[in-house]
Amino acid sequence: MADVVMLDSGGSNLASVQFAFERLGVAAALSRDPERIRRASHVVLPGVGAAGPGMARLRAAGLDRLIPTLTQPVLGVCLGMQLLFQSSAEGDTACLGILAGRLERFDTARCGRVPHMGWNRIDGVRDSPLLAGLGADAFAYFVHSYAAPVTAATVATCDYGGAFAAVVSERNFHGAQFHPERSALVGARLLANFLELE
Amino acid sequence: MLTRRIIPCLDVRDGQVVKGVRFRDHVVMGGIEELALRYRDEGADELVFYDITASPQGRSADAAWVRRVARHLDIPFCVAGGIRSVADAERILHAGADKISVNSPALERPQLIDELAAAFGVQCVVVGVDSQLLDGELRVHQYTGDPDKTRVVPRETTAWVREAIARGAGEIVLNCMSSDGARNGYDLAQLQAVRAACAVPLIASGGAGTAQHFAEVFRAADVDGALAASVFHSGTLPIPELKSFLRGQGIEIRP
Repeated sequence: MADVVMLDSGGSNLASVQFAFERLGVAAALSRDPERIRRASHVVLPGVGAAGPGMARLRAAGLDRLIPTLTQPVLGVCLGMQLLFQSSAEGDTACLGILAGRLERFDTARCGRVPHMGWNRIDGVRDSPLLAGLGADAFAYFVHSYAAPVTAATVATCDYGGAFAAVVSERNFHGAQFHPERSALVGARLLANFLELE
Repeated sequence: MLTRRIIPCLDVRDGQVVKGVRFRDHVVMGGIEELALRYRDEGADELVFYDITASPQGRSADAAWVRRVARHLDIPFCVAGGIRSVADAERILHAGADKISVNSPALERPQLIDELAAAFGVQCVVVGVDSQLLDGELRVHQYTGDPDKTRVVPRETTAWVREAIARGAGEIVLNCMSSDGARNGYDLAQLQAVRAACAVPLIASGGAGTAQHFAEVFRAADVDGALAASVFHSGTLPIPELKSFLRGQGIEIRP
């Protein structure tokens, strides 16, 4: 049985993500205690809002130094995924630096409306256990104004005036730019796949 | 390709979903979670819950049912009704809602939009606008939940939409009052005018009666989503049928 700990980094989607694990029969505990976090089988970094305040909350709790040292599977959700990268153009924020690359704002000239809000298709670009069972026509719910570049860590992309990283995976660090807790069966499957990782 | 959203709107009163003509003759349709999950199963892309008694009773929507919905529902949902402060919004968002929608309180005090965006990010902040053409000008209306209190405010609609976005609205829901409830189609002219002024997602509301109306509003007004209530609640237009019709028309729709 997975022992999931969600990093209590503030932000308002904590309850939603917790409920999504609950629907999979897993009680996800909230914690900012390094000992408790290290003991977890799986760690989730949720978060919505802006990169600067998000990093500030992690730093205030000392989690910015802890997260890169974790060895169990870690999943960043939405802003949580963005914070895994080196930096974000949002407020020119230095992030955790676990994944290479910088988040850039969607270009309204190419994309039209920003934020990118709604259901969009995710396309797998390489095999990953995170994508198991998702099929070719998997739609997920996105809400964001900044996007991660497609790099070697990208396992699925999404198209909004150009491709960006929708799902990432490198060593034990994983992330979803969309909201799995609000992406119906596709989201539930991704979370279940994450819980299968060891 | 980003898909166009189909959004049923549910009116909530005393913890139950009701339907009726504004404040009169409400009929209970069922429990909130039960109906939310039914629409989810039918393929709704998002839900809006409007607590119709919150504002008249001088309170914001009840966080207890918001939490119950968040626990069971796995598609995004927005809550509207009586949200007048960051503290009100925080209760609803922390209970698990994805977005909150403000309307009359934002007209009373536009600074509310700035405060909500600063506290939670623009992606959580929806501004609802009730509007119709008066003497050749699109005009914003306030307190439309109560026919006795409804009044015209001295604001032109596209100017208010621009201001709301500049203050931090991440999405606009435009309720076209003259078509609302008539089921004769969305107010395409008004939606086109607001679309031109709206750089964030725009949701059309008011007038849906047939699947063709949805196709028209997506094509002619390029809206990101279409909201409707009675046409779904009455069962005259099942969502699976609507979505398959729209796909047949070449409109991008989530399967």
